[in-house]
Amino acid sequence: MEFFLVQTLNGISYGLLLFMLSSGLTLVFSLMGVLNFAHASFYMLGAYFAYQISTKIGFWPALVVAPLLVGAIGMLIERWGLRQVHKHGHVAELLFTFGLAYLIEEAVHLVWGRSAVDYRVPPDLDGPLFSIFTSQYPIYRGFMMLVSVAMLVSIWLALTRTRIGLVIQAALTHPQTVEALGHNVPRVFMLVFGGGTALAGLAGVIGGNAFVTEPGMAASVGPIIFVIVVVGGMGSLAGAFIASLLIGCMQTFAVALDWNLVGGIKMSQVAPVLPYLLMVLLLIFRPTGLMGTREG
Amino acid sequence: MSANAIELRDVHKSFGKTKIINGVSLAIGSGERHAIIGPNGAGKSTLYNLISGRYPLSSGTILLNGEDITGLRPFEINRKGLSRSFQVTNIFHNMSVYENIRCGVLWAAGYRYSFWHRVGGLRDVAQRAEEVMEKIGLAQRRNVLAGTLTYAEQRALEIGITIAGGASVILLDEPTAGMSRSETARAIELVRSVTQGKTLIMVEHDMGVVFGLADRISVLVYGEVIATGTQDEIQANAAVQEAYLGAVHKEIASA
Amino acid sequence: MRYEPLNLGRWVIWGAMALVFLVAPLVFSGGFALTMLIQMGTMIIFALSYNMLLGQGGMLSFGHAVYSGLGAFLSVHALNLIGKGAFTFPVTLLPLIGGLAGLAFGVLFGYVTTRRAGTTFALISLGIGEMVFACVLMFPGFFGGEAGVSTNRVVGQPFLGITYGPAIQVCYLVAVWCFLSIVAMFALTQTPLGRMANAVRDNPERAEFVGYDTQKVRFIQLVLSSFFAGVAGALSCINFEIVSAENVSPIRSGGVLIATYIGGVPFFLGPILGAIIFIFFVVALSGFTKAWLLYLGLFFVTMVVYAPGGIASILLMQIPVLRARRFGELALPYALAAAAGLVALAGLIGIVEMVYRLSEQGASTVLNVFGLSFDARTTPPWIGFALVLAAGLVALRYASRLVGARWGAIQQDLLARRA
Repeated sequence: MEFFLVQTLNGISYGLLLFMLSSGLTLVFSLMGVLNFAHASFYMLGAYFAYQISTKIGFWPALVVAPLLVGAIGMLIERWGLRQVHKHGHVAELLFTFGLAYLIEEAVHLVWGRSAVDYRVPPDLDGPLFSIFTSQYPIYRGFMMLVSVAMLVSIWLALTRTRIGLVIQAALTHPQTVEALGHNVPRVFMLVFGGGTALAGLAGVIGGNAFVTEPGMAASVGPIIFVIVVVGGMGSLAGAFIASLLIGCMQTFAVALDWNLVGGIKMSQVAPVLPYLLMVLLLIFRPTGLMGTREG
Repeated sequence: MSANAIELRDVHKSFGKTKIINGVSLAIGSGERHAIIGPNGAGKSTLYNLISGRYPLSSGTILLNGEDITGLRPFEINRKGLSRSFQVTNIFHNMSVYENIRCGVLWAAGYRYSFWHRVGGLRDVAQRAEEVMEKIGLAQRRNVLAGTLTYAEQRALEIGITIAGGASVILLDEPTAGMSRSETARAIELVRSVTQGKTLIMVEHDMGVVFGLADRISVLVYGEVIATGTQDEIQANAAVQEAYLGAVHKEIASA
Repeated sequence: MRYEPLNLGRWVIWGAMALVFLVAPLVFSGGFALTMLIQMGTMIIFALSYNMLLGQGGMLSFGHAVYSGLGAFLSVHALNLIGKGAFTFPVTLLPLIGGLAGLAFGVLFGYVTTRRAGTTFALISLGIGEMVFACVLMFPGFFGGEAGVSTNRVVGQPFLGITYGPAIQVCYLVAVWCFLSIVAMFALTQTPLGRMANAVRDNPERAEFVGYDTQKVRFIQLVLSSFFAGVAGALSCINFEIVSAENVSPIRSGGVLIATYIGGVPFFLGPILGAIIFIFFVVALSGFTKAWLLYLGLFFVTMVVYAPGGIASILLMQIPVLRARRFGELALPYALAAAAGLVALAGLIGIVEMVYRLSEQGASTVLNVFGLSFDARTTPPWIGFALVLAAGLVALRYASRLVGARWGAIQQDLLARRA
């Protein structure tokens, strides 16, 4: 029972982190039609920036500054890179972000080396939050969930309650009309892209020290995010939410369960493959995803 | 009376909560030229898309030559002998005129998914493609990239691709949309000649085109057919006059 | 993009290509050169098979290495079995086994992946690629774990005295398979399936309405493409005599994507060019500098932004100008742009190399470039290279504007002449 509760909580906190990442990706995709292949690279940048800042100044400044830095970089890339490629079509945009992922990983290798860096949970947050039977549930996990939920709620509020949010929602389906009404749609695109990357960066800040911060982290979490987006249904935030929690819990349980499967293979060894198996099954039986709305 | 080419039985279509087609029943005979007219937003294009399988029906049945085609996918319906054109020109922009037509011929000619035939050496395909290009008047432009044709030429190509496969039931979606007077006259002749001996269902706004070509006309208003009949019957129908032709009468009178 | 075919005659082109394949291994006969030629030949097959998906079928795949890699794994096991005498089969025909293996997996995975199109297809291909890669590491019995499966290609009866021991024999094996594959894949583009694949790429809706099941077209195209990918995998197995998880990795999949794109997706020749350039980057450049992956990435991104049709498009665009004998007007602007580009490149290389030296533990920070030596820890070289880079970029901006103006004028004349 205890195991089940602890793992469920872990699964949810991981799932919320995944949702932070996949929601940013989905928003950018819904608005601009471009799937940012480098989305997980911004996650990685957020972690590394936070590492750098937290060792020099502290964790709490890093929590604010790192996502802003990543968002700024995202905006620059949109303005000077993505916008040029836009006229060549969606495939070119996707490939541009694909090349970008390569470049960001190389840059990280250059600056911080090829092995993991010691990005630690800050001491104030390092400890037990509460006890479930005999296990202690760490504060930091609770903190992660709090930040995730707070960020997502504020984005939802911003999109539905503020003027810029309404403009963004309108530009989602009718960009030309919105532009004809006098709004600077390219600037809106830049803000949304920057916002998406900042969100990824924030996920990196809080996830990087809970999990490992190393140059391969983008390549390991990136495909999972894409699987979530496909499983949830391209362009559906609700689908991404369900898929994130589902996969988050599935991964967490698979790694924690020490079952022996056929042929001497353990469940934990099979864990990396599970999200992809889920995707394959879903594609066979429900190709549009759980709540698919938009075809890429 | 031979089996009807197309028969719609109590067809309904809703998008979400919005009801677009509200119980349409229609029977179009083989070899008939039938036009569907109606005010904007009446659901003509939607009806079209339902018949050709582009959208699924909410309820009802559609029969093609007596066979139930409800719920079939577009390519299945096409293989049973129904072909359609598009209101917004839907051609293969990166291919030449000849290659466009050839794409329309290949399946009907029986070559299916063959990867062992050299397509350049298929004489029956080439011959059929030449015939179609002659008919639509684009034989001189056979090697021109379809994306660089003039608008009227693209519309002609659109019709060409539609008839290339030799389908017996042809759906044309506003074939003269956006054309000038002279272009329209030519288009009418083209439509008349290529649909000789076939069943034609046409959506049109231009009354001149409709009254010149159609054997029978159906009037669609708010998703329902309020009248079906010959040109005289329709023009005499009070409900039609009220709903639609009132404005059009003036248009014809001043033409 | 379509260009009018050259009037030189198809036989001349194919004949010339065959001649090049015949003569190249004799001309470039050094050990290193032969290695490059072998890898280029293999990559050409791989990239052409990839373009059957992307260029001809409109399917962007991030997981194509699955088919070549699994073809390689089955080939290596077959080769080992041949070596043990379990069955006789000529090594010369091993790529056929690889091809059939690739084809089988194409049928298996293709069924799932071709259910969707566009961006979704791309992501699914990525997922399948990751899944296969993860599975390979899970089953070390068959896949050899981290070390992979090694083999010996000098097995069985020599065929006409050919044992495939010496590199030059492998080179000719690759050359023959490469030439045959090019012919075969070109022939496929001229079939009803090939044409409809293009139609499905351009306008899937219209293709449905002329009677074609677009999913089936894409599925068959993928299956055929995976056959050739398997052939490339088998050749790689023969050449390196080892197959590991790397053969099915996302890195390999990314590599063939980059190679094809750099060469030019819209043209049949594009992947051939791209494969040659890509192998050159990877094999030759990696010997000179540790930053080769960065340079490759920058080159790729530059191509995506400024030349999405690849090198092939740039070359083919010159043909109408050459035919109108007006290339002379472009010669000077091109030369200026090239010079400016080289200057900018020099500045970039300087900076990148210095950064790499500084980041490497224990490496000397003193660089010897262009005959001068300087220490990367001091400031002057940074300023120097930055200025060179900036100057180069500014010059490039002007030069490219000049090229653009001249180009525009020539194009206008050509259009006027045609009308």
